[in-house]
Amino acid sequence: MTNPEHTGEGAAVSGRDAITGAAGVVSEEQRARRGEREGGQRSGRRGGRRRGEPTRVPDADFRSYHGRPVLNQIVWEARDIGGYLFLGGLAGASSVLAAGAEVTGRPGLARPLKYTALAAISGSTAALIHDLGRPERFLNMLRVFKPTSPMSVGSWLLMGYGPLAGAAAVTAATGWFPRTGTAATIGAGALGPLVATYTAPLICDTAVPSWHEGYREMPFVFASSAAAAAGGVGLLASPTAQSGPARRVAVGGALTEVAVSSFMEHRMGLVGEPYGQGRAGALTRAAKALTLGGAAGAVLGRRSRALSALSGAALVAGSALTRLGVFQAGVQSAADPKYTVVPQRQRLEERQHSEERA
Amino acid sequence: MAADGQPSRKGFFTDTSVCIGCKACEVACKEWNQVPEDGLDFLASSFDNSGRLSADTWRHVAFIEQRQPLGHQDPGVGRPEGGAGDAPGPVDLGMPSFDLPGQRTGEDGGSGGGDFRWLMSSDVCKHCTSAACLDVCPTGALFRTEFDTVVVQEDICNGCGYCVPACPYGVIDRREVDGRAWKCTLCYDRLGDGLEPACAKACPTDSIQFGDLDELRERAERRVEDLQEAGVSSARLYGEDPGNGVDGAGAFFLLLDEPEVYGLPPDPVVTTRDLPSMWRHAGAAAVVLLAGAAAAFAGRRS
Ligand code: SF4
Ligand code: SF4
Repeated sequence: MTNPEHTGEGAAVSGRDAITGAAGVVSEEQRARRGEREGGQRSGRRGGRRRGEPTRVPDADFRSYHGRPVLNQIVWEARDIGGYLFLGGLAGASSVLAAGAEVTGRPGLARPLKYTALAAISGSTAALIHDLGRPERFLNMLRVFKPTSPMSVGSWLLMGYGPLAGAAAVTAATGWFPRTGTAATIGAGALGPLVATYTAPLICDTAVPSWHEGYREMPFVFASSAAAAAGGVGLLASPTAQSGPARRVAVGGALTEVAVSSFMEHRMGLVGEPYGQGRAGALTRAAKALTLGGAAGAVLGRRSRALSALSGAALVAGSALTRLGVFQAGVQSAADPKYTVVPQRQRLEERQHSEERA
Repeated sequence: MAADGQPSRKGFFTDTSVCIGCKACEVACKEWNQVPEDGLDFLASSFDNSGRLSADTWRHVAFIEQRQPLGHQDPGVGRPEGGAGDAPGPVDLGMPSFDLPGQRTGEDGGSGGGDFRWLMSSDVCKHCTSAACLDVCPTGALFRTEFDTVVVQEDICNGCGYCVPACPYGVIDRREVDGRAWKCTLCYDRLGDGLEPACAKACPTDSIQFGDLDELRERAERRVEDLQEAGVSSARLYGEDPGNGVDGAGAFFLLLDEPEVYGLPPDPVVTTRDLPSMWRHAGAAAVVLLAGAAAAFAGRRS
């Protein structure tokens, strides 16, 4: 009640519903019109929207309780959980690339990626712990194993992956136990893809409209964004002679990320809107610009160490902004009752229509 | 008691058509459960001062004013002074209206001008059959009791906050000062001693009814029929259907308007219903990542 950012109060109070619920009483006639407009919207949108144009969804007519959000607001801090998503992805994909570099004899590429993986997964775990209401109770995460809770699955995954990433990095730094080091590198590389993707079900498995509705594409967005970031680190930290695969992964990841996230935002319709608006919109646009710029630089700067490094840095930053943009879009969609009420009302009405017809 | 000695499923039926907005339930809940103060605010939204369900508000009374008649009921506002003949004039009960005080001319007669209804509803955790909060809780702090209710164990919750955005009704929340998640327990302690929950006990109009869920459902059916017959065509049940998105709520409602007017989601679905598909998509993405990386290394050596 005290923190408007958490209660969502004020933020969502807009339009005709802001005054009282009374203003929201819709007459039969008005309701008929609303039905019409929704119909028009559906056919209108199929006409296709040129890229870059803002998603134009007609002002949705809906009712709410004094304009207040239906959902309780996300209590996570953007820095902590956005960072947790980004660093987890960076770690996982770095381990995959490190394993590839190890197997194909590119130590100059493998070593920095192993360090990155350890640092990133430590940072990711620290961010998660920092965000807990009771950080000292972090180990309660390991009281149970619950497949219905992606956070539980993720915690166990980190317990398996963390030590492998650690062993890979430490053996690379010290040169001790090289065979154990190789085994750990490959083990971490095998778990890496899961570490990079489990965070997508984690956020999608909520009632937050702009997260839940994207559950099909989100893992692909996260995986490709992670690949772009890890590839970026490869470009940043390894000699050009060994960075070829990192470059290819970076460019492939970057292009896939931009394509899949744009597709996702478009397919979600109304609840895709927050990805183009306000802070989430700014973050998402910046992320795409950095990612595409980084990819272009990675291709053009093939022979230049400096340009490669710059492109790598842009890709890493783009990946971080992607996660922050996704996070912020979720926050915005939970704060506005429109995104909860309108799609559910539509679903309900469609169901009633089909029942009537049947 | 069911045949197997297990207590039968307990729940609430909140009949909002008789709610008078006294907030006795809010107070009784706070008293019994020792829930901290949650801001003594004027929200400028009717008589509502708690706003929403939260970590520190486990019963929340919503107030909605509408320019609509309530069935055949005569709200007694907007009528000309003095009745026909010698009949006594209507008594001003101080009901809110849409006109400024003293502005009521009554010229538009009984039609339209006097249309007013005041909706009140005491909201609470739905104790869902398929509860998203419980599904996503990574510590097992949230659990299902022998009464088929959903309760947080405060000595286990580590405040990860996952349950908060998972709940499709916006019920459970994290208490800022204490870092843990809190919500209605359906008075688990009182149930264990054979008592009814504090809110139901305190409710002076029996708007909040506690009991065996099966019996409550039957009672609610009858009540809707009665109201419909009496001309309250907008009466409807919300959440009682075991076929709904949460497989039936343990706390359901009789509403007089669409759920979203009361701040309730019109068609909530437990998010974990899609989780198997989410895991499949994540698995596919992981495979694609692995394959993409392998292809990048399989290319020419450079
Ligand atoms: S209403 Fe929300 S908090 Fe209550 S049981 Fe259902 S999901 Fe959990
Ligand atoms: S905040 Fe507590 S009750 Fe909620 S999901 Fe996390 S551990 Fe479970």
